[in-house]
Amino acid sequence: MDDILLLDAIERYLSGEMSAEERSYFENLRKTTPEIDQMVVEHNMFLHQIADYAANIQIKQTLHEVHQYLLERGDLNEGGAISTKGKVIQFWNKYKRVTAIAASVGGVIALFISGLAMYFSTSVNDPKLEQLGKDLEVVKKNQQAQVNIINEVTSKIPTNARLLSGGSGFLVDPKGYIVTNAHILKGTGAIVVNSKGAEFKSSIVLIDHDKDLAILKINDEEYESVKSIPYSIQKTNSSLGEEIFTLGYPRNEIVYGMGYLSAKTGFNGDSLSYQIQISANPGNSGAPVFNKNGEVIGVLSTRQAQADGVAFAVKSKNIHSIIEDLKKSDTAFRKVKLPSKSALKGVERKTQITKVEDCVFFVKAYTK
Amino acid sequence: MKGDTNEQALLKGLAHNDSKAIEIIYKDNFNMIQAFILNNNGSYDEARDIFQEAMIALYEKSQTDSFVLTCQIKTYLYSICRRLWLKRLQQMGRYTGSIDGFEETVAVEEDWENHEKRNAEFAIMDRALNSLGEPCKSLLQGYYLKKMDMNALAAEFGYTNADNAKNQKYKCLMRLKKLFFSQYNIGE
Repeated sequence: MDDILLLDAIERYLSGEMSAEERSYFENLRKTTPEIDQMVVEHNMFLHQIADYAANIQIKQTLHEVHQYLLERGDLNEGGAISTKGKVIQFWNKYKRVTAIAASVGGVIALFISGLAMYFSTSVNDPKLEQLGKDLEVVKKNQQAQVNIINEVTSKIPTNARLLSGGSGFLVDPKGYIVTNAHILKGTGAIVVNSKGAEFKSSIVLIDHDKDLAILKINDEEYESVKSIPYSIQKTNSSLGEEIFTLGYPRNEIVYGMGYLSAKTGFNGDSLSYQIQISANPGNSGAPVFNKNGEVIGVLSTRQAQADGVAFAVKSKNIHSIIEDLKKSDTAFRKVKLPSKSALKGVERKTQITKVEDCVFFVKAYTK
Repeated sequence: MKGDTNEQALLKGLAHNDSKAIEIIYKDNFNMIQAFILNNNGSYDEARDIFQEAMIALYEKSQTDSFVLTCQIKTYLYSICRRLWLKRLQQMGRYTGSIDGFEETVAVEEDWENHEKRNAEFAIMDRALNSLGEPCKSLLQGYYLKKMDMNALAAEFGYTNADNAKNQKYKCLMRLKKLFFSQYNIGE
Protein backbone atom coordinates (compact mmCIF):
# COMPACT_ATOMS: atom_id res chain seq x y z
CA MET A 1 0.00 0.00 0.00
CA ASP A 2 2.85 2.36 0.78
CA ASP A 3 4.42 1.45 -2.47
CA ILE A 4 1.23 2.38 -4.25
CA LEU A 5 1.06 5.73 -2.52
CA LEU A 6 4.66 6.36 -3.38
CA LEU A 7 4.12 5.37 -7.01
CA ASP A 8 1.14 7.68 -7.18
CA ALA A 9 3.25 10.48 -5.78
CA ILE A 10 6.03 9.81 -8.26
CA GLU A 11 3.64 9.77 -11.20
CA ARG A 12 2.03 12.99 -10.11
CA TYR A 13 5.48 14.50 -9.56
CA LEU A 14 6.66 13.46 -13.01
CA SER A 15 3.54 14.62 -14.78
CA GLY A 16 3.67 17.96 -12.96
CA GLU A 17 0.36 17.50 -11.19
CA MET A 18 1.74 18.37 -7.78
CA SER A 19 1.13 21.70 -6.10
CA ALA A 20 4.22 23.87 -5.48
CA GLU A 21 4.23 23.05 -1.79
CA GLU A 22 3.88 19.31 -2.31
CA ARG A 23 6.49 19.47 -5.00
CA SER A 24 9.13 21.14 -2.85
CA TYR A 25 8.39 18.65 -0.10
CA PHE A 26 8.79 15.76 -2.50
CA GLU A 27 12.00 17.15 -3.98
CA ASN A 28 13.35 17.44 -0.53
CA LEU A 29 12.41 13.83 0.09
CA ARG A 30 14.28 12.82 -3.07
CA LYS A 31 17.40 14.55 -1.89
CA THR A 32 17.35 12.98 1.54
CA THR A 33 16.24 9.49 0.52
CA PRO A 34 18.42 7.95 -2.21
CA GLU A 35 15.98 5.03 -2.60
CA ILE A 36 13.16 7.36 -3.53
CA ASP A 37 15.42 9.28 -5.85
CA GLN A 38 16.37 6.05 -7.53
CA MET A 39 12.68 5.09 -7.83
CA VAL A 40 11.85 8.42 -9.47
CA VAL A 41 14.60 8.04 -12.06
CA GLU A 42 13.65 4.47 -12.72
CA HIS A 43 9.98 5.25 -13.00
CA ASN A 44 10.63 8.21 -15.27
CA MET A 45 12.61 6.00 -17.58
CA PHE A 46 9.93 3.35 -17.48
CA LEU A 47 7.21 5.85 -18.32
CA HIS A 48 9.24 7.01 -21.29
CA GLN A 49 9.62 3.44 -22.38
CA ILE A 50 5.93 2.82 -22.21
CA ALA A 51 5.14 6.11 -23.97
CA ASP A 52 7.55 5.24 -26.78
CA TYR A 53 6.06 1.80 -26.95
CA ALA A 54 2.60 3.34 -27.32
CA ALA A 55 3.87 5.75 -29.99
CA ASN A 56 5.49 2.87 -31.83
CA ILE A 57 2.20 0.99 -31.91
CA GLN A 58 0.42 4.10 -33.13
CA ILE A 59 2.86 4.84 -35.94
CA LYS A 60 2.65 1.21 -37.04
CA GLN A 61 -1.09 1.52 -37.06
CA THR A 62 -0.95 4.72 -39.12
CA LEU A 63 1.51 3.18 -41.57
CA HIS A 64 -0.72 0.18 -41.95
CA GLU A 65 -3.78 2.36 -42.60
CA VAL A 66 -1.93 4.56 -45.07
CA HIS A 67 -0.68 1.48 -46.88
CA GLN A 68 -4.18 0.05 -47.13
CA TYR A 69 -5.60 3.36 -48.24
CA LEU A 70 -3.01 3.88 -50.95
CA LEU A 71 -3.45 0.30 -52.06
CA GLU A 72 -7.19 0.81 -52.41
CA ARG A 73 -6.69 4.02 -54.30
CA GLY A 74 -4.33 2.19 -56.59
CA ASP A 75 -1.32 4.36 -55.81
CA LEU A 76 0.48 1.23 -54.71
CA ASN A 77 0.56 -2.06 -56.50
CA GLU A 78 1.17 -5.37 -54.85
CA GLY A 79 1.01 -7.63 -57.85
CA GLY A 80 -2.17 -9.61 -58.32
CA ALA A 81 -3.72 -8.26 -55.17
CA ILE A 82 -4.67 -5.08 -56.95
CA SER A 83 -8.39 -4.48 -57.07
CA THR A 84 -10.10 -3.30 -60.20
CA LYS A 85 -11.52 -0.47 -58.19
CA GLY A 86 -7.97 0.63 -57.47
CA LYS A 87 -7.10 0.28 -61.10
CA VAL A 88 -10.00 2.39 -62.19
CA ILE A 89 -9.30 5.04 -59.60
CA GLN A 90 -5.63 5.06 -60.43
CA PHE A 91 -6.46 5.25 -64.08
CA TRP A 92 -8.81 8.10 -63.38
CA ASN A 93 -6.28 9.95 -61.24
CA LYS A 94 -3.58 9.39 -63.80
CA TYR A 95 -5.60 10.39 -66.80
CA LYS A 96 -7.91 12.96 -65.25
CA ARG A 97 -6.49 15.75 -67.34
CA VAL A 98 -6.31 13.72 -70.51
CA THR A 99 -9.89 12.64 -69.94
CA ALA A 100 -10.97 16.21 -69.41
CA ILE A 101 -9.29 17.26 -72.63
CA ALA A 102 -10.70 14.28 -74.48
CA ALA A 103 -14.14 15.08 -73.12
CA SER A 104 -13.97 18.66 -74.27
CA VAL A 105 -12.66 17.63 -77.67
CA GLY A 106 -15.49 15.08 -77.76
CA GLY A 107 -17.89 17.83 -76.82
CA VAL A 108 -16.66 20.04 -79.65
CA ILE A 109 -16.91 17.17 -82.12
CA ALA A 110 -20.38 16.31 -80.85
CA LEU A 111 -21.44 19.91 -81.32
CA PHE A 112 -19.96 19.93 -84.78
CA ILE A 113 -21.69 16.69 -85.73
CA SER A 114 -25.00 17.74 -84.32
CA GLY A 115 -24.55 20.96 -86.26
CA LEU A 116 -23.99 18.90 -89.38
CA ALA A 117 -26.93 16.70 -88.52
CA MET A 118 -29.08 19.78 -88.09
CA TYR A 119 -27.90 21.06 -91.40
CA PHE A 120 -28.62 17.86 -93.30
CA SER A 121 -31.58 16.54 -91.40
CA THR A 122 -35.19 17.00 -92.27
CA SER A 123 -35.47 19.24 -89.32
CA VAL A 124 -37.92 22.04 -89.45
CA ASN A 125 -34.98 24.41 -89.17
CA ASP A 126 -34.31 23.64 -92.79
CA PRO A 127 -34.84 26.74 -94.86
CA LYS A 128 -36.42 24.58 -97.55
CA LEU A 129 -39.13 23.60 -95.11
CA GLU A 130 -41.70 25.83 -93.61
CA GLN A 131 -43.54 25.07 -90.47
CA LEU A 132 -47.14 25.78 -90.86
CA GLY A 133 -47.65 27.23 -87.47
CA LYS A 134 -48.44 30.86 -87.84
CA ASP A 135 -47.19 33.91 -86.21
CA LEU A 136 -50.01 35.15 -84.14
CA GLU A 137 -48.91 38.73 -84.20
CA VAL A 138 -50.73 38.69 -87.53
CA VAL A 139 -53.64 36.85 -86.06
CA LYS A 140 -53.76 39.37 -83.31
CA LYS A 141 -53.97 42.17 -85.80
CA ASN A 142 -56.71 40.34 -87.58
CA GLN A 143 -58.47 39.91 -84.34
CA GLN A 144 -58.14 43.55 -83.62
CA ALA A 145 -59.53 44.38 -87.01
CA GLN A 146 -62.43 42.09 -86.39
CA VAL A 147 -62.86 43.11 -82.80
CA ASN A 148 -66.14 44.77 -83.47
CA ILE A 149 -67.58 41.67 -84.97
CA ILE A 150 -66.39 39.12 -82.40
CA ASN A 151 -66.69 41.40 -79.49
CA GLU A 152 -68.95 39.11 -77.54
CA VAL A 153 -66.23 36.52 -77.01
CA THR A 154 -63.95 37.41 -74.10
CA SER A 155 -60.59 35.80 -74.54
CA LYS A 156 -59.43 33.05 -72.19
CA ILE A 157 -55.83 33.96 -72.78
CA PRO A 158 -54.52 35.17 -69.43
CA THR A 159 -54.00 38.89 -69.22
CA ASN A 160 -50.34 39.86 -69.62
CA ALA A 161 -49.79 36.73 -71.72
CA ARG A 162 -48.33 37.22 -75.14
CA LEU A 163 -49.62 35.15 -78.04
CA LEU A 164 -46.78 33.41 -79.78
CA SER A 165 -48.06 31.07 -82.40
CA GLY A 166 -51.07 29.24 -83.62
CA GLY A 167 -52.06 26.17 -85.52
CA SER A 168 -54.60 23.41 -85.59
CA GLY A 169 -55.30 20.38 -83.46
CA PHE A 170 -57.87 17.63 -83.22
CA LEU A 171 -59.49 15.49 -80.57
CA VAL A 172 -58.23 11.96 -80.07
CA ASP A 173 -60.20 11.24 -76.92
CA PRO A 174 -63.67 12.65 -76.13
CA LYS A 175 -62.49 13.76 -72.68
CA GLY A 176 -60.56 16.58 -74.33
CA TYR A 177 -57.19 15.20 -75.44
CA ILE A 178 -55.99 17.04 -78.51
CA VAL A 179 -53.11 16.10 -80.80
CA THR A 180 -51.20 18.90 -82.46
CA ASN A 181 -47.68 19.70 -83.68
CA ALA A 182 -44.94 20.25 -81.13
CA HIS A 183 -43.59 23.21 -83.08
CA ILE A 184 -46.80 25.15 -82.58
CA LEU A 185 -46.47 25.10 -78.82
CA LYS A 186 -43.72 27.60 -78.44
CA GLY A 187 -44.94 29.17 -75.24
CA THR A 188 -45.85 28.07 -71.78
CA GLY A 189 -49.51 27.35 -72.35
CA ALA A 190 -52.22 27.10 -74.96
CA ILE A 191 -55.89 27.71 -75.46
CA VAL A 192 -57.96 25.99 -78.06
CA VAL A 193 -60.85 27.44 -80.02
CA ASN A 194 -63.50 25.31 -81.63
CA SER A 195 -65.11 25.84 -85.00
CA LYS A 196 -67.85 27.90 -83.37
CA GLY A 197 -65.38 30.31 -81.83
CA ALA A 198 -65.61 29.09 -78.23
CA GLU A 199 -62.30 29.20 -76.35
CA PHE A 200 -61.17 26.58 -73.88
CA LYS A 201 -58.23 26.57 -71.53
CA SER A 202 -55.87 23.68 -72.02
CA SER A 203 -52.56 22.39 -70.75
CA ILE A 204 -49.67 20.74 -72.52
CA VAL A 205 -49.47 17.20 -71.22
CA LEU A 206 -46.86 15.78 -73.56
CA ILE A 207 -44.51 17.20 -76.11
CA ASP A 208 -42.28 15.18 -78.42
CA HIS A 209 -40.02 17.34 -80.58
CA ASP A 210 -38.54 14.38 -82.43
CA LYS A 211 -41.89 13.33 -83.79
CA ASP A 212 -43.07 16.94 -83.83
CA LEU A 213 -46.19 15.90 -81.97
CA ALA A 214 -47.76 17.12 -78.78
CA ILE A 215 -50.82 16.38 -76.68
CA LEU A 216 -52.99 19.02 -75.08
CA LYS A 217 -55.67 18.40 -72.54
CA ILE A 218 -58.64 20.72 -72.35
CA ASN A 219 -59.28 21.56 -68.75
CA ASP A 220 -62.10 24.01 -68.88
CA GLU A 221 -65.43 23.69 -67.09
CA GLU A 222 -67.24 24.97 -70.13
CA TYR A 223 -65.96 22.15 -72.26
CA GLU A 224 -68.55 19.49 -72.86
CA SER A 225 -67.14 16.14 -73.93
CA VAL A 226 -68.23 15.12 -77.39
CA LYS A 227 -70.32 11.97 -77.39
CA SER A 228 -67.96 10.17 -79.67
CA ILE A 229 -65.21 10.92 -82.11
CA PRO A 230 -66.37 10.13 -85.62
CA TYR A 231 -62.94 9.28 -87.06
CA SER A 232 -60.37 6.65 -86.18
CA ILE A 233 -56.59 6.93 -86.08
CA GLN A 234 -54.97 4.61 -88.61
CA LYS A 235 -52.27 2.30 -87.34
CA THR A 236 -50.93 1.05 -90.63
CA ASN A 237 -49.31 2.96 -93.45
CA SER A 238 -51.43 4.37 -96.24
CA SER A 239 -50.97 3.76 -99.93
CA LEU A 240 -49.67 6.10 -102.54
CA GLY A 241 -52.28 8.03 -104.43
CA GLU A 242 -54.80 7.80 -101.65
CA GLU A 243 -57.24 10.67 -101.66
CA ILE A 244 -56.91 12.84 -98.58
CA PHE A 245 -58.52 15.88 -97.06
CA THR A 246 -57.79 18.15 -94.14
CA LEU A 247 -59.50 20.68 -91.94
CA GLY A 248 -57.46 23.37 -90.23
CA TYR A 249 -57.16 26.97 -89.19
CA PRO A 250 -54.92 28.92 -91.53
CA ARG A 251 -57.36 31.75 -90.74
CA ASN A 252 -59.58 32.30 -87.74
CA GLU A 253 -62.09 30.13 -89.48
CA ILE A 254 -61.95 26.44 -90.23
CA VAL A 255 -60.76 25.73 -93.78
CA TYR A 256 -61.14 22.59 -95.83
CA GLY A 257 -58.43 21.34 -98.18
CA MET A 258 -58.12 18.31 -100.43
CA GLY A 259 -55.28 16.41 -102.09
CA TYR A 260 -53.56 13.06 -102.37
CA LEU A 261 -50.77 11.10 -100.76
CA SER A 262 -47.78 11.59 -103.03
CA ALA A 263 -44.92 9.74 -101.28
CA LYS A 264 -44.50 7.29 -98.46
CA THR A 265 -41.68 9.26 -96.94
CA GLY A 266 -41.33 12.86 -96.01
CA PHE A 267 -38.71 15.45 -96.77
CA ASN A 268 -35.35 13.83 -97.70
CA GLY A 269 -36.69 10.34 -97.05
CA ASP A 270 -37.88 11.06 -93.50
CA SER A 271 -39.70 7.84 -92.67
CA LEU A 272 -41.74 9.39 -89.89
CA SER A 273 -43.88 11.28 -92.35
CA TYR A 274 -45.65 11.23 -95.71
CA GLN A 275 -45.41 13.65 -98.53
CA ILE A 276 -48.82 14.92 -99.52
CA GLN A 277 -50.04 17.11 -102.27
CA ILE A 278 -52.32 19.67 -100.73
CA SER A 279 -52.48 23.39 -100.44
CA ALA A 280 -51.31 24.11 -96.95
CA ASN A 281 -50.80 27.44 -95.28
CA PRO A 282 -49.40 28.61 -92.00
CA GLY A 283 -52.01 27.65 -89.43
CA ASN A 284 -52.58 24.27 -91.01
CA SER A 285 -49.91 22.78 -88.80
CA GLY A 286 -51.37 20.19 -86.47
CA ALA A 287 -54.40 19.65 -88.64
CA PRO A 288 -55.62 16.09 -89.16
CA VAL A 289 -55.13 14.48 -92.56
CA PHE A 290 -58.01 12.13 -93.35
CA ASN A 291 -58.40 9.50 -96.03
CA LYS A 292 -61.70 9.21 -97.82
CA ASN A 293 -63.04 6.78 -95.18
CA GLY A 294 -62.55 9.38 -92.47
CA GLU A 295 -59.54 7.73 -90.91
CA VAL A 296 -56.76 10.01 -89.70
CA ILE A 297 -53.63 9.02 -91.59
CA GLY A 298 -51.39 11.85 -90.43
CA VAL A 299 -50.85 15.25 -88.90
CA LEU A 300 -50.04 18.04 -91.29
CA SER A 301 -46.80 19.64 -90.21
CA THR A 302 -44.58 21.27 -92.81
CA ARG A 303 -44.44 22.23 -96.42
CA GLN A 304 -41.61 22.52 -98.87
CA ALA A 305 -40.72 26.15 -99.36
CA GLN A 306 -39.93 26.22 -103.06
CA ALA A 307 -42.42 23.69 -104.28
CA ASP A 308 -46.05 24.49 -104.66
CA GLY A 309 -48.50 22.27 -102.85
CA VAL A 310 -45.87 19.91 -101.48
CA ALA A 311 -46.56 19.34 -97.80
CA PHE A 312 -45.65 16.76 -95.22
CA ALA A 313 -47.68 14.97 -92.61
CA VAL A 314 -46.46 13.06 -89.56
CA LYS A 315 -47.71 9.48 -89.95
CA SER A 316 -50.66 8.56 -87.74
CA LYS A 317 -48.94 5.55 -86.17
CA ASN A 318 -46.79 8.07 -84.33
CA ILE A 319 -49.96 9.25 -82.60
CA HIS A 320 -50.40 5.74 -81.27
CA SER A 321 -46.86 5.70 -79.96
CA ILE A 322 -47.06 9.07 -78.21
CA ILE A 323 -50.35 8.05 -76.60
CA GLU A 324 -48.52 5.01 -75.27
CA ASP A 325 -45.80 7.34 -73.96
CA LEU A 326 -48.47 9.47 -72.34
CA LYS A 327 -50.07 6.48 -70.61
CA LYS A 328 -46.69 5.44 -69.27
CA SER A 329 -45.88 8.92 -68.01
CA ASP A 330 -48.69 9.11 -65.47
CA THR A 331 -51.41 6.82 -64.19
CA ALA A 332 -53.88 9.67 -64.65
CA PHE A 333 -53.62 9.14 -68.40
CA ARG A 334 -54.10 5.39 -68.33
CA LYS A 335 -57.66 5.63 -69.54
CA VAL A 336 -56.89 7.67 -72.65
CA LYS A 337 -58.22 5.69 -75.58
CA LEU A 338 -57.84 6.45 -79.24
CA PRO A 339 -60.99 6.11 -81.36
CA SER A 340 -60.79 2.83 -83.21
CA LYS A 341 -63.78 2.96 -85.54
CA SER A 342 -64.57 5.48 -88.19
CA ALA A 343 -68.21 6.47 -88.51
CA LEU A 344 -67.47 8.35 -91.71
CA LYS A 345 -67.05 5.47 -94.10
CA GLY A 346 -69.13 5.81 -97.24
CA VAL A 347 -70.54 9.11 -96.09
CA GLU A 348 -70.73 12.13 -98.34
CA ARG A 349 -67.82 14.58 -97.88
CA LYS A 350 -70.10 17.44 -96.76
CA THR A 351 -71.54 15.25 -94.00
CA GLN A 352 -68.07 14.03 -93.11
CA ILE A 353 -66.92 17.61 -92.66
CA THR A 354 -69.83 18.65 -90.48
CA LYS A 355 -69.21 15.67 -88.25
CA VAL A 356 -65.48 16.25 -88.06
CA GLU A 357 -65.37 20.01 -87.66
CA ASP A 358 -66.47 19.95 -84.02
CA CYS A 359 -63.41 17.92 -83.23
CA VAL A 360 -60.88 20.18 -84.93
CA PHE A 361 -59.57 23.11 -82.90
CA PHE A 362 -57.65 26.26 -83.43
CA VAL A 363 -54.63 26.12 -81.10
CA LYS A 364 -53.14 29.34 -79.79
CA ALA A 365 -49.90 29.16 -77.83
CA TYR A 366 -49.01 31.95 -75.48
CA THR A 367 -46.35 32.82 -72.99
CA LYS A 368 -46.76 34.69 -69.77
CA MET B 1 22.48 18.95 -48.86
CA LYS B 2 19.64 20.08 -46.71
CA GLY B 3 16.09 18.94 -47.31
CA ASP B 4 13.91 21.72 -48.68
CA THR B 5 11.14 23.37 -46.68
CA ASN B 6 8.56 21.00 -48.08
CA GLU B 7 10.46 18.01 -46.77
CA GLN B 8 10.91 19.75 -43.44
CA ALA B 9 7.16 20.14 -43.18
CA LEU B 10 6.63 16.50 -44.06
CA LEU B 11 9.09 15.40 -41.39
CA LYS B 12 7.36 17.58 -38.86
CA GLY B 13 4.10 15.90 -39.80
CA LEU B 14 5.69 12.48 -39.50
CA ALA B 15 7.02 13.35 -36.04
CA HIS B 16 3.43 14.08 -35.00
CA ASN B 17 2.04 10.94 -36.57
CA ASP B 18 0.07 13.03 -39.07
CA SER B 19 -1.46 10.65 -41.57
CA LYS B 20 -1.55 13.19 -44.40
CA ALA B 21 2.21 13.77 -44.21
CA ILE B 22 2.82 10.05 -43.88
CA GLU B 23 0.65 9.45 -46.91
CA ILE B 24 2.71 11.85 -49.02
CA ILE B 25 6.03 10.40 -47.92
CA TYR B 26 4.63 6.93 -48.49
CA LYS B 27 3.39 7.73 -51.97
CA ASP B 28 6.63 9.40 -53.00
CA ASN B 29 8.92 6.64 -51.83
CA PHE B 30 7.22 3.31 -51.54
CA ASN B 31 7.35 2.30 -55.18
CA MET B 32 11.08 2.87 -55.39
CA ILE B 33 11.69 0.71 -52.30
CA GLN B 34 9.29 -1.93 -53.52
CA ALA B 35 11.10 -2.14 -56.85
CA PHE B 36 14.40 -2.44 -55.03
CA ILE B 37 13.18 -5.27 -52.79
CA LEU B 38 11.47 -7.10 -55.65
CA ASN B 39 14.62 -6.83 -57.77
CA ASN B 40 16.62 -8.37 -54.96
CA ASN B 41 14.80 -11.59 -54.21
CA GLY B 42 12.10 -10.02 -52.10
CA SER B 43 8.32 -10.36 -52.07
CA TYR B 44 5.55 -7.75 -51.91
CA ASP B 45 5.03 -8.47 -48.21
CA GLU B 46 8.71 -8.10 -47.47
CA ALA B 47 8.84 -4.83 -49.36
CA ARG B 48 6.01 -3.57 -47.21
CA ASP B 49 7.68 -4.68 -43.98
CA ILE B 50 11.02 -3.19 -44.88
CA PHE B 51 9.55 0.10 -45.99
CA GLN B 52 7.44 0.46 -42.88
CA GLU B 53 10.42 -0.40 -40.73
CA ALA B 54 12.41 2.35 -42.40
CA MET B 55 9.52 4.78 -41.90
CA ILE B 56 9.53 3.94 -38.21
CA ALA B 57 13.28 4.51 -38.04
CA LEU B 58 12.77 7.91 -39.64
CA TYR B 59 9.90 8.59 -37.24
CA GLU B 60 12.09 7.75 -34.27
CA LYS B 61 14.85 9.95 -35.61
CA SER B 62 12.37 12.80 -36.02
CA GLN B 63 11.43 12.50 -32.35
CA THR B 64 14.87 13.35 -31.04
CA ASP B 65 15.54 16.88 -29.86
CA SER B 66 18.61 17.34 -32.02
CA PHE B 67 16.89 16.07 -35.14
CA VAL B 68 18.25 17.23 -38.48
CA LEU B 69 17.99 15.28 -41.68
CA THR B 70 21.10 15.97 -43.67
CA CYS B 71 19.81 14.38 -46.85
CA GLN B 72 16.60 13.93 -48.78
CA ILE B 73 13.90 11.75 -47.24
CA LYS B 74 14.18 9.53 -50.26
CA THR B 75 17.91 8.95 -49.81
CA TYR B 76 17.50 8.31 -46.13
CA LEU B 77 14.72 5.78 -46.56
CA TYR B 78 16.60 4.03 -49.31
CA SER B 79 19.73 3.81 -47.20
CA ILE B 80 17.85 2.33 -44.26
CA CYS B 81 15.96 -0.10 -46.44
CA ARG B 82 19.08 -1.23 -48.19
CA ARG B 83 20.80 -1.84 -44.88
CA LEU B 84 17.74 -3.64 -43.51
CA TRP B 85 17.25 -5.78 -46.53
CA LEU B 86 20.87 -6.80 -46.66
CA LYS B 87 20.64 -7.98 -43.09
CA ARG B 88 17.35 -9.73 -43.74
CA LEU B 89 18.82 -11.57 -46.72
CA GLN B 90 21.83 -12.66 -44.74
CA GLN B 91 19.63 -13.91 -41.92
CA MET B 92 17.56 -15.95 -44.33
CA GLY B 93 20.62 -17.26 -46.13
CA ARG B 94 19.39 -15.81 -49.38
CA TYR B 95 22.19 -13.32 -49.73
CA THR B 96 23.96 -13.96 -53.01
CA GLY B 97 26.89 -11.69 -52.43
CA SER B 98 25.68 -8.74 -54.39
CA ILE B 99 22.77 -6.43 -54.17
CA ASP B 100 21.44 -4.38 -57.05
CA GLY B 101 20.46 -0.78 -56.76
CA PHE B 102 22.44 2.27 -57.65
CA GLU B 103 20.74 4.91 -55.62
CA GLU B 104 22.76 7.30 -53.57
CA THR B 105 23.10 6.23 -49.95
CA VAL B 106 24.07 7.95 -46.74
CA ALA B 107 25.59 6.57 -43.59
CA VAL B 108 22.83 5.35 -41.34
CA GLU B 109 24.73 3.02 -39.05
CA GLU B 110 24.20 5.03 -35.91
CA ASP B 111 20.50 5.53 -36.53
CA TRP B 112 20.24 1.97 -37.47
CA GLU B 113 21.75 0.78 -34.21
CA ASN B 114 19.45 3.07 -32.26
CA HIS B 115 16.50 1.69 -34.09
CA GLU B 116 17.56 -1.88 -33.37
CA LYS B 117 17.95 -1.04 -29.71
CA ARG B 118 14.51 0.56 -29.61
CA ASN B 119 13.02 -2.47 -31.29
CA ALA B 120 14.61 -4.71 -28.69
CA GLU B 121 13.13 -2.57 -25.92
CA PHE B 122 9.71 -2.64 -27.50
CA ALA B 123 9.93 -6.39 -27.77
CA ILE B 124 10.69 -6.60 -24.06
CA MET B 125 7.79 -4.31 -23.22
CA ASP B 126 5.57 -6.37 -25.47
CA ARG B 127 6.58 -9.62 -23.78
CA ALA B 128 6.22 -8.09 -20.32
CA LEU B 129 2.75 -6.78 -21.12
CA ASN B 130 1.65 -10.07 -22.59
CA SER B 131 2.82 -12.10 -19.63
CA LEU B 132 0.92 -9.86 -17.21
CA GLY B 133 -2.39 -11.52 -17.79
CA GLU B 134 -5.82 -9.93 -17.62
CA PRO B 135 -7.18 -7.56 -16.45
CA CYS B 136 -3.78 -5.99 -15.79
CA LYS B 137 -2.77 -6.00 -19.43
CA SER B 138 -5.96 -4.33 -20.71
CA LEU B 139 -6.04 -1.90 -17.82
CA LEU B 140 -2.50 -0.69 -18.49
CA GLN B 141 -3.07 -0.64 -22.23
CA GLY B 142 -6.19 1.41 -21.66
CA TYR B 143 -4.34 3.92 -19.51
CA TYR B 144 -0.96 4.19 -21.22
CA LEU B 145 -1.73 3.26 -24.83
CA LYS B 146 -5.27 4.39 -25.42
CA LYS B 147 -4.85 7.27 -22.94
CA MET B 148 -8.22 6.70 -21.32
CA ASP B 149 -8.86 8.50 -18.03
CA MET B 150 -9.38 6.66 -14.76
CA ASN B 151 -13.13 7.22 -14.65
CA ALA B 152 -13.65 5.72 -18.10
CA LEU B 153 -11.41 2.79 -17.20
CA ALA B 154 -13.28 2.20 -13.93
CA ALA B 155 -16.53 2.14 -15.88
CA GLU B 156 -15.18 -0.14 -18.58
CA PHE B 157 -13.62 -2.65 -16.20
CA GLY B 158 -16.43 -2.51 -13.66
CA TYR B 159 -14.61 -0.95 -10.72
CA THR B 160 -16.92 0.82 -8.30
CA ASN B 161 -14.90 4.03 -8.49
CA ALA B 162 -11.87 5.61 -10.11
CA ASP B 163 -9.77 5.27 -6.96
CA ASN B 164 -10.16 1.52 -6.90
CA ALA B 165 -9.22 1.36 -10.55
CA LYS B 166 -6.23 3.53 -9.86
CA ASN B 167 -5.11 1.25 -7.04
CA GLN B 168 -5.41 -1.72 -9.32
CA LYS B 169 -3.52 0.10 -12.03
CA TYR B 170 -0.58 0.74 -9.70
CA LYS B 171 -0.48 -2.88 -8.64
CA CYS B 172 -0.38 -3.92 -12.27
CA LEU B 173 2.19 -1.28 -13.08
CA MET B 174 4.50 -2.54 -10.39
CA ARG B 175 4.26 -6.05 -11.76
CA LEU B 176 4.90 -4.80 -15.26
CA LYS B 177 7.88 -2.82 -14.13
CA LYS B 178 9.32 -5.85 -12.41
CA LEU B 179 8.83 -7.97 -15.50
CA PHE B 180 10.21 -5.32 -17.79
CA PHE B 181 13.33 -4.52 -15.80
CA SER B 182 14.22 -8.13 -15.19
CA GLN B 183 14.35 -8.62 -18.99
CA TYR B 184 15.74 -5.19 -19.72
CA ASN B 185 18.70 -5.59 -17.40
CA ILE B 186 19.53 -8.99 -18.85
CA GLY B 187 19.43 -7.37 -22.26
CA GLU B 188 21.88 -4.75 -21.14
